[in-house]
Amino acid sequence: MGVTVAEEWLNACSGCEISILNTGEALLDLLPHLNFVHIPVLLDHKYFGQTGEKTAFEIPEAVVGIISGGVRNEEHKHVLNEMRQKSKILIALGSCAAYGGIPAQANMFKNDEILEKVFRGSPSTNPSPNPEHSDVPKWTNTVQALDEIVKVDLTIPGCPPHPDWIADAILALLAGKTAWALPERSVCDTCPVIREKKSVGGPIKRGLTNLDFDPEAGLDKMRCINEQGFFCIGPVTLAGCAGKEGVPRCVQARTPCRGCFGPIRKGARPMVDMMGALTSVGLDPKTLVDRRAIMNRYIGAHGYLTVLPARPGK
Amino acid sequence: MGKVINIQPITRIEGHAKVAIHLDDAGNVVETKVHVQALRGFEKFCEGRPAEEMPRIVCHICGICPWAHHLASSKAVDACFGVTPPPAAVKLRRLMQNIAYIGDRILHFYFLAAPDFVIGPDADYSVRNVLGVIQAVPDIARQVVKMRQMTANMLEDFAGRAIHPTFSQAGGVSKPMTEKERSAMLPLAQELLEFSQFTMKFAKDNVFPKYLDAIKTIGVIRVGYLGTVREDGTHDFYDGKLRLMKPDGSYEDFAYDQYLDYIGEWVEPWSYQKFPYAKKWGQLKLDLDDPVGVYRTNCLARVNVVDQMATPLAQAELEEFRAAFGRPAHFTLLYHYARLIELLQCAEQALELLNDPEITSRDIRAEVTPKAGRGVGCVEAPRGSLIHDYETDADGLITKVNLIVGTTHNNAPINLSVFQAAKALIHDGKYDQGILNKVEMAIRAYDP
Repeated sequence: MGVTVAEEWLNACSGCEISILNTGEALLDLLPHLNFVHIPVLLDHKYFGQTGEKTAFEIPEAVVGIISGGVRNEEHKHVLNEMRQKSKILIALGSCAAYGGIPAQANMFKNDEILEKVFRGSPSTNPSPNPEHSDVPKWTNTVQALDEIVKVDLTIPGCPPHPDWIADAILALLAGKTAWALPERSVCDTCPVIREKKSVGGPIKRGLTNLDFDPEAGLDKMRCINEQGFFCIGPVTLAGCAGKEGVPRCVQARTPCRGCFGPIRKGARPMVDMMGALTSVGLDPKTLVDRRAIMNRYIGAHGYLTVLPARPGK
Repeated sequence: MGKVINIQPITRIEGHAKVAIHLDDAGNVVETKVHVQALRGFEKFCEGRPAEEMPRIVCHICGICPWAHHLASSKAVDACFGVTPPPAAVKLRRLMQNIAYIGDRILHFYFLAAPDFVIGPDADYSVRNVLGVIQAVPDIARQVVKMRQMTANMLEDFAGRAIHPTFSQAGGVSKPMTEKERSAMLPLAQELLEFSQFTMKFAKDNVFPKYLDAIKTIGVIRVGYLGTVREDGTHDFYDGKLRLMKPDGSYEDFAYDQYLDYIGEWVEPWSYQKFPYAKKWGQLKLDLDDPVGVYRTNCLARVNVVDQMATPLAQAELEEFRAAFGRPAHFTLLYHYARLIELLQCAEQALELLNDPEITSRDIRAEVTPKAGRGVGCVEAPRGSLIHDYETDADGLITKVNLIVGTTHNNAPINLSVFQAAKALIHDGKYDQGILNKVEMAIRAYDP
């Protein structure tokens, strides 16, 4: 009865799983082809047997293993290694698994600074030592993407990934393929706005006012967000957030893209490329507030975000 | 020495945790612990970010209730910058919140909780899941999936994103609603209301009466409650003041920005999740027979603290609920019931807002100037009172963040409920997977 699937979530928010459940009726048609052997959000399969009687941690073997979330602690690492061993094809689902995601913003800080803040620097918290217990997994040094630790066969990025692509990738696997990837297009390639190749100029505007647009008219009547003088990272971001059809979702909300699908191709240098894109429309990248964090918002793993040495005098 | 039963992972919840049940030599429960293993550190890594970016960063705290974080954060930033969003912007925020919460409630009831009630708590795990539910009641399942997709589509078609939204902004929202968008949404909201009524009836006919014994025994504790009420005591998800109720039903109200006077957070070495407690009631004591400082949040807490619901159908349900279980109602599994009363209110409010002529106003964003300030933004998340407390510098960059999120408030009571359930169900070393699942049901009720 269908191909076996195991699913796990690591340093994640459950948005990827909710995105799967939002697939709608297509989900009901897909389900008979899938035999879930482990998926904590939906299924009560336990690591140490159903009554905790076993001594070894165990996830069942599966043809397809899906993992959302990056790696933040030793237990995540352990689950990831077990999933890798037990899955024929391992899928990194979502931008945390693929690039570290929002939680990898933490890579700009030392672990000690973060724990200090959480357990001793919060006005509501009784200052206490960091939790330390055999059932509380230790943090790893940084937030990592899955492919920094194990071999990943297939990546479905996005925050969240669109259900169209999840279904597409799974159907490709069911058809016997072993590789799948989103087409290499930029968000701008799928964005209908008007481009005149030059911006209104001036320092890059913060999101303190709304974009200029006619609510009754379509996006094809709105000027490009970068050209309006705001920061939109669409030029260096992989397209696909709205699925196979449809306009980029943040732009649909009349807000700029922040890069949740990650770079257009592996090994890209989105920060460098984006500075070029801004310069080409006459905007000065140096005027972008909080440049490093905003340009690497979803991709802080793989060494994109690191702790900077303290500035002299600070 | 006795032994430890580990339930790992806790399943059909939206997070990472395990339960350890400690037995003595005779096989009786002496202690339980719910270990929360996840910690990400948002409170630190948001420092330095431009405040207006916060609503689209912190929504990522939770993929199932991103709208709650998105809106609490918007309100905190509004307050830091000293700006009041125009009325239509608030109405649009409320509309999106209600639609998102409808999807959330349907998800929890049918996908996460229903397997225990429709398939049965003792059934084998291979069928005690949503796939089993789909086989058992295929027509309802098809409706459920359709309704969830509908809420997601309503959010996406208008506000771009259902998960991790960008729509709410410092000082308002990013776009107005056109008449065309409003009239397209109206019949959908009507359909959601009908489905919410169906769900309530289905639960009252088929679930709650059948499991009355379980409701009266599993995870039962007697503690306090926290939730938002309007000035006149009416239920509100978006704005008001906090009401902290003692187990005997007496209560004290306070403004959101006074939360530090009422709520403290305790840290235990065995969990990354802190233990918020009612400071004025004394030092937190996780003692099942004599708990101190412990209060609950989320839907059961809200229907306990409010004087009335905000809409007629929900109010009628609240009256029936109170007639049966009193105020405050303490049975833990009644969370499932309270959740459906709120589902009705969300659906009624979505319709009300869509019928409000002001919803299509073009005045949706106030002028915003970054400045130094402090802002405490609160909303009721599906999982409880959500507190976002920010400070900004003169450039409007974040200097401090303190967060107390829905399920964190419930950490202490969840631990007590698990201990109660384990003690009531496990004797002389005898237990099976069904019994351990019932212990988990005490957790699932809270929808952590």
